[in-house]
Amino acid sequence: MSHPNKKRLRRTMMFLNAQKPGLIKDPYIYKPDSIMLDLEDAVAEKEKDAARFSLFHALREIDYRGVERVVRVNGLDTDLWREDIRAAVAGGCDSIRIPKTETAKDVQMVADAVAEAEKEFGVEPGRVLIMAALESAKGVMHALEICESSDRLFGVALSGGDYTKDLQTTISGTGVELMGARQMMIIAARAAGVQCFDTVFTNLDDMEGFRKEVQTIKQMGFDGKSIINPRQISIVHEIYTPTPKEITFAEKVVREIDEKKALGIGVFTVDGKMIDIAFYDGAKRTIELAKASGVYKGEL
Amino acid sequence: MPVEIVLVKYTRELKINAVGRDIPEEILKITGKEVFQGNNYKEGVEYHKQGPIVKPVLDHNTSKMVGSIREALIKCGAHDGMTLGFHHHFREGDLVVNMVMKEVHDMGFKDVTICASSLGKAHDALLPYIEDGTITGIQSSGVRGKIGEAISRGKLQKLAIMRSHGGRVRAIQSGETVLDISFIGAPTCDDYGNCKGIGGKSDCGVLSYSFVDGQHANKVVAITDCLVPFPNFPADIAMTRVDYVCVVDAIGIPEKIATGAAKPTTDVRKLMMADYCTQVVINTPWFKDGFSYQTGVGGASIASAASLAKIMEERGIKMGFAVGGMSKGMVDMLDRGLVGKLLDTQDFDLFAVNSVKRPNHHRISAGAYANPFNKGCFVNKLDYVVLAALEVDTHFNCNVVVGSDGMITGAQGGHPDAAQGAKCTIVICPLLQGRIPAICTDVTTVTTPGESIDVVVTDYGVAVNPARQDILDALKAADCVPLKTIEELRDIAYKIVGEPDPVQFGDRIVGIIEARDGTIMDVVREVKDYTV
Repeated sequence: MSHPNKKRLRRTMMFLNAQKPGLIKDPYIYKPDSIMLDLEDAVAEKEKDAARFSLFHALREIDYRGVERVVRVNGLDTDLWREDIRAAVAGGCDSIRIPKTETAKDVQMVADAVAEAEKEFGVEPGRVLIMAALESAKGVMHALEICESSDRLFGVALSGGDYTKDLQTTISGTGVELMGARQMMIIAARAAGVQCFDTVFTNLDDMEGFRKEVQTIKQMGFDGKSIINPRQISIVHEIYTPTPKEITFAEKVVREIDEKKALGIGVFTVDGKMIDIAFYDGAKRTIELAKASGVYKGEL
Repeated sequence: MPVEIVLVKYTRELKINAVGRDIPEEILKITGKEVFQGNNYKEGVEYHKQGPIVKPVLDHNTSKMVGSIREALIKCGAHDGMTLGFHHHFREGDLVVNMVMKEVHDMGFKDVTICASSLGKAHDALLPYIEDGTITGIQSSGVRGKIGEAISRGKLQKLAIMRSHGGRVRAIQSGETVLDISFIGAPTCDDYGNCKGIGGKSDCGVLSYSFVDGQHANKVVAITDCLVPFPNFPADIAMTRVDYVCVVDAIGIPEKIATGAAKPTTDVRKLMMADYCTQVVINTPWFKDGFSYQTGVGGASIASAASLAKIMEERGIKMGFAVGGMSKGMVDMLDRGLVGKLLDTQDFDLFAVNSVKRPNHHRISAGAYANPFNKGCFVNKLDYVVLAALEVDTHFNCNVVVGSDGMITGAQGGHPDAAQGAKCTIVICPLLQGRIPAICTDVTTVTTPGESIDVVVTDYGVAVNPARQDILDALKAADCVPLKTIEELRDIAYKIVGEPDPVQFGDRIVGIIEARDGTIMDVVREVKDYTV
């Protein structure tokens, strides 16, 4: 639980085909919070080894300037994922994304493989984190056990395409078909103290629809969204940027709690609102978001 | 034991020019030129303009109409060793140069020099004429395609001269280049030679590059595919300057002359650079009501102009004038009342072509635009120009003509002119062009000197020329763009793709890059195949 990156800011996680050098050479210039180098769906069956090779060298050679490097490995039903994890851990990735996660056991299996790879390649034990993508009704129903499955797990992500197929429906753009999964997952994630990420929005011509969806998932409590194109980054970051009013309030909350705690006072009011220690993390997160968005000028 | 240093009285200092390029003595001898000694070296130096030979027409029965290009050539006294002038307003849709040169070739003339405002892939058909000695000299703002390759491979007998749009006017007006015959492709023309860029079937909007041909060529032939009733007025090129008029089936391919408007880019990399560029403009002191501006038609330039327009509207700032090549973006600004006057030298799309006849959209000559040797041209009054480049080096020198493979593949156009003229010259250049670092230690060939370049915008950050501390201070204060030094940008580029080995050139010099004032900026050497 003490891993410094477990709670890092992850508003945007940009999918990139690990096999395309032109894509993976410098995605940091767009300033996403995380990139997700994909060995799974984006890569053709016969190119899997080439993609792994390209991934390994990119991770070794490219300075991603602080952008989190997540690697999506192939499904646990293939004979590829173990080698994917070896390449990713040897290259020095930050996290592994498990596709089609359905049970806590899936995560534990990957966690074991990650631990083995860390040992094999001399990586500090426990350095590589894990996130789980839930892509089926079963996975969503097991959200809580998945969220609680491993100390390495920093969060879960909804994969809307496969999930709606499993529900025997399609993505409508209204979000109605994703409503249940989104609610289940965010509640489970918060119950387990991990992060929760929303699915991709694939229609790049509908930036207004994208904006609305981001507003919705932010309001629901999601930490961020998977994205497929750098054009989507600025919109997500803009929506996740706290307003000056929110920042001022958060500053007051943090300062007051620090102060009142020393005085032994547990409950008090800020700007007429009742505040207690439960507000502390949220206020801290607002300030962190403000800092990441480049709008924070204060001293906290 | 101290080594005795032998001092050779060698004119080395004079051979190395102001951008550090070594110009071989034999080139200075052949051309009679000096090395480049800084942008304002010729400030105030007086000279006589060259006047053309004029064959007067007094008899009202004299007809200027000729039945063919061949007849025009004969009547103009075509001869071996002549120099022919052409404009490039038809861009990649030009048919005039090839048509005339085929006739020149078929008539058996040799040793001809083409002095065109530019040449492109449309002129690949000239290659055999270079190989058989029909064409032995090329003077142009640049060349692309097969001619560029032919020059770089040493196939052209004489030195190719690459000069800017302003430089071409200077060379002709000063008599350095004497045009024996100029052929002016005219979208409309009457039987007495009044030429216009619009009203026909091959409209190009303006005929700016031909003004100087009209004024200074010894013989002027208008070639048109749309003969209109006299007088075709107001004329770009007046009848008083035209000797003959020749009607042909087609002078250009319309869809290649002026395209539809370029679709706004959705490439985030370009949009990022556009945003940086806009931030540089709005955070420097010249961005105020009445400012002046020139931009190009690259994706990032168009996007930047669009975002600039939005900010101008929000802040109630209007542009006094925009100058240079025009496209939909600028025409839109005129429509929205965001710019006072468009001063047009070239039209890139149909919106610009169709806008030419409107009030406040003015046709200006290439000389008025950029000739460094007149009594002050429009570029001198520019606040901002946004340009592109193939390469920029750590001295801020730009290369827009020679590819990183050593092959001539681009054109100076008005790059060096506008860059020198503007108070704030911004070059947008992605850090990497494929696997080639565009920000490098030394450009392959210098076409625009670093002293003209103030800001370089890349996808990895923005570098300001240290000579422009004022701009650097303004951008630092605004904290609006990721500032880097040019060396930092180069280092990032080299870290990603490595530092390429220099291109291997042969000993032979195949061309010169002429500075605006006629001095030598750089030489272009023959390319040789790479060997390890």
